[in-house]
Amino acid sequence: MTLLSVQDLHVTFGTADGAVRAVQGVSFDVEPGETVAIVGESGSGKSVTANSLLRLNFGADVRIDGRILLEGRDILAMDETQIRSVRGREVAMIFQDPLTALNPFYTVGHQIAEAFAIHHPGTPKRELRKIALESLNKVGIPEPSKRIDQYPHEFSGGMRQRIVIAIALVNSPKLLIADEPTTALDVTVQAQILELIAQMQAEHGSAVILITHDLGVVAEITERVMVMYAGRVVESASVADTFLTPTHPYTRGLLKSVKSLDAGRHERLESIPGIPPSLINLPSGCPFHPRCAYAESLGGRCETETPALHLVGSSRSACHLPDERLLGLLGGGV
Amino acid sequence: MSETFILEARALRKYFPTGASKMLQRPTDLVRAVDDVSFGLRRGSTLAIVGESGCGKTTLGRLLARLIEPTAGSVVLDGVDLTAASARELLELRRDIQLVFQDPYACLNPRHSIGQSIGTPIRIQKTLDKAAEKARVRELMELVGLNPEHYNRFPHEFSGGQRQRAGIARALALQPKVIIADEPVSALDVSIQSQILNLMEDLQTSLGLSYVFVAHDLSVVRHIADEVAVMYLGKIVEIGDPESVYRRTAHPYTKALLSAVPVADPRRAAGRQRIVLTGDVPSPVNPPSGCRFRTRCPKAAERCAAEEPVLSARSGDQPSGHRVACHFPE
Repeated sequence: MTLLSVQDLHVTFGTADGAVRAVQGVSFDVEPGETVAIVGESGSGKSVTANSLLRLNFGADVRIDGRILLEGRDILAMDETQIRSVRGREVAMIFQDPLTALNPFYTVGHQIAEAFAIHHPGTPKRELRKIALESLNKVGIPEPSKRIDQYPHEFSGGMRQRIVIAIALVNSPKLLIADEPTTALDVTVQAQILELIAQMQAEHGSAVILITHDLGVVAEITERVMVMYAGRVVESASVADTFLTPTHPYTRGLLKSVKSLDAGRHERLESIPGIPPSLINLPSGCPFHPRCAYAESLGGRCETETPALHLVGSSRSACHLPDERLLGLLGGGV
Repeated sequence: MSETFILEARALRKYFPTGASKMLQRPTDLVRAVDDVSFGLRRGSTLAIVGESGCGKTTLGRLLARLIEPTAGSVVLDGVDLTAASARELLELRRDIQLVFQDPYACLNPRHSIGQSIGTPIRIQKTLDKAAEKARVRELMELVGLNPEHYNRFPHEFSGGQRQRAGIARALALQPKVIIADEPVSALDVSIQSQILNLMEDLQTSLGLSYVFVAHDLSVVRHIADEVAVMYLGKIVEIGDPESVYRRTAHPYTKALLSAVPVADPRRAAGRQRIVLTGDVPSPVNPPSGCRFRTRCPKAAERCAAEEPVLSARSGDQPSGHRVACHFPE
């Protein structure tokens, strides 16, 4: 059974300047145990999509439409009690900044135990402590019996993120959503955390949705990639197809912007011209057309008609260019 | 020496007092943020300073422009000792050395128009009158790819990349010789990073600028550096031509740093061997004895605890200037 099925998700925020259409018609499935990456730049709607999965989009003027089915149950139709039993137990989340994700006034042991106790009321205190200790040990915190009684500020950034992961996994969730889990960390620590997530996933069998802007991180640990731009999915493919035969002009531009350790000295970087559009004032038609090198060759169609995701080779791509051009001209990797 | 070097750091040190004791009226501990760092920046070239958070790279950048006073050592800008200059002399010298900061949101005053912000150095230094300042700012905006008609707009009306362009324009306002750029692209989106790096390269060529580029990202540095210095806990552990440092890496820390960079290619990501360092960077208040990297180093031996390695030429490598501070270089 499909673990998670998102169908035609729309998220709109009302602001004083007008409606911000953050997510427009996003659909995807996640199978049990699978790792899916959602990639995009700031404002692409990737975090809003992730937050919607647990209904964490706060604010008075939020409108969420579509269906989010977790093993067939619609998250958007759940009442507050039902959604609470999902949060942290069936679906858990890791956030970008481990310091703001932890409460500075409680020991880390308390916070891990709390996450367990909420879903397992009546667990004896001694049992809870044992569980917290085990969790700390599993995520590689040295001297857990001493560290369990310490506060978040006594830990380094990498250690804090390990604790956040321990909290997320204490209930063995079916789905783990990681929103930029390594962005705030140094590269050597990032490598440790990515390894830990992969290892924990293998152990618990959880599916993982990884939200990131870093294509390097994607290539390291995911199986499937969705590329988002201005609130829409523009390409969805296996990790190999995404990197080796990208079809959408935006994906290709993004890959070309990635800096390489093998670059020559002063080698010119390719970049996508212009800037991402404002979500209040979206371009008509394909949201990428003002920055796209191919838009003109299609004689105005990109300005009037929004392309739908469709199968191109083994990828799905939202571009008006004919299939053979998407595959032929744009293929060939980075 | 100073013929080839536009900027030199000579045995620079910066110790920050910490844990001050009220009774003794003196600090009980010192954070050795920068500890005996020397290098030379060649005219018209880019030196990249790379390291993780807490390695002292930002403090070093601030020392170079004398935004903070060094504990010891000196900075020589085009033959003149910046660290010995009086306040009045320093004002004049600063025309030649300007900074670009990491956070394009924080470095512009939200209440000043973008044109006002870019013109600030000109007003402080009184190099031009009002009309000439305005003309110069428009010229600068054009130079960095901003529309001069947006002179009166405010920072919040610009995107991150555009704000960083404004930050660069401001740094260029006084026609400096050297620009210290502290993580100028790390707050920007990937596609915008490339635009800014290309802009900086173009400006270097057309204006003959020299850059000190502080970064934590080795792949960004690969594209722009003529020389790269890797820092760990306040010290340079490896320095040299990037070609040599990246391909014939001598220091185990540099090796680990390079292997930790995620590669945007699933074929290579699967195949390569990764050195994952254990633990965190130790506290710079009590750095390990001997080699500071030894507590995380896979090659550490007894000698590493007893004796601090000196930055010296990589064996058989004198001409390229590739130097490393390790008892057991690769």
